[in-house]
Amino acid sequence: MSEISGLGAWLTVIFAGLVTLCIRASFIVMPPDTEVPAWLTGSLKFVAAAVLPALIAPDVLFRDAAPGDIFNAYRIIAAIAAAAFALKTKNTLGTLVVGMAVLWLLMWWRPF
Amino acid sequence: MQTSRSALAKGLRDQSPLILANIPFGIITGAATISAGVDPLLSMAMSVIMFSGAAQLAAISLMAQHAPGGIVVLTVLVVNLRMMMYSAAVAPYFRHTPKLRKWLFAYLLTDHAFAMVTTKFDKHKVPKHIDAYYIGVTGAMWCGWQASVAVGIFAGTLVPAKWSLDFAIPLVFLSLVLPALQTKNHWAAAITASVAAAFCTPLPLKLGLIAAAVTGILVGVWSERRSLARTAANTGAKA
Repeated sequence: MSEISGLGAWLTVIFAGLVTLCIRASFIVMPPDTEVPAWLTGSLKFVAAAVLPALIAPDVLFRDAAPGDIFNAYRIIAAIAAAAFALKTKNTLGTLVVGMAVLWLLMWWRPF
Repeated sequence: MQTSRSALAKGLRDQSPLILANIPFGIITGAATISAGVDPLLSMAMSVIMFSGAAQLAAISLMAQHAPGGIVVLTVLVVNLRMMMYSAAVAPYFRHTPKLRKWLFAYLLTDHAFAMVTTKFDKHKVPKHIDAYYIGVTGAMWCGWQASVAVGIFAGTLVPAKWSLDFAIPLVFLSLVLPALQTKNHWAAAITASVAAAFCTPLPLKLGLIAAAVTGILVGVWSERRSLARTAANTGAKA
């Protein structure tokens, strides 16, 4: 089952780690009192708001769709339920439980 | 925080509730890495080398779809860019920290460590034992994280693929991002990025995520400029 291994995969992980370290180190290792440019802070504050939804959308909309379908309706419904719960409670574990429970219920029930 | 020992203890204490909250995220990260087909040793190494759950999940989803290594690295860069903001925010606290230790502290920097340091202390009155406090906060987080990923790697080998456990990844991301959408501009960035990601899915080399993220960021910046300009125009009209 383990198909991702070998030198190429290890190198990818090591480079990904180096890039992550350099981002984290950026302002910490710069000389003290380095000014952060305004355009940079202005854009950085939208990074999480843009990147995470871009990761979520394809996984929820299309992944494991039934043959012949474009969208995966079960995942979309489960994600809406989880999102409602997340907005109300801000609880990671609860969001996980609600989303998985709704998905499993739909997969077992097969209403459509 | 009179001594470095008490500062270390305070760091451990402050962080412990957050470590508990992070356990499910760590387990999911480990389990999802295994179910994507990454070999167990590389799964654990990823967790130690990257020490970033969101970046690891993004990386494995691309690696499972055989994206080129360069695209995986580029995607990890985009996913972790927000940490540059944290780096800038905590830098004033480590002014007197030795150079090599700064690199260690950078490696240990997470969303929680950033939040803890910047909310508990004033950057103009940095306590003497801030280094020990930071080691307490991040060391505890590091151990808790690696342990829960290891549990996930072990558990992931036992869970059948048809349980769709990979759906936990977007669910974790949902619970991270929704509470962070605090203004109309953040919502604009988020909605644009999701729509763009849906349309960009067929892009070659799995470049869709990067294209969608950049579009979302630009729309967020543009939306903020527009609302600032409108506020300025309104106050101008009143005066």
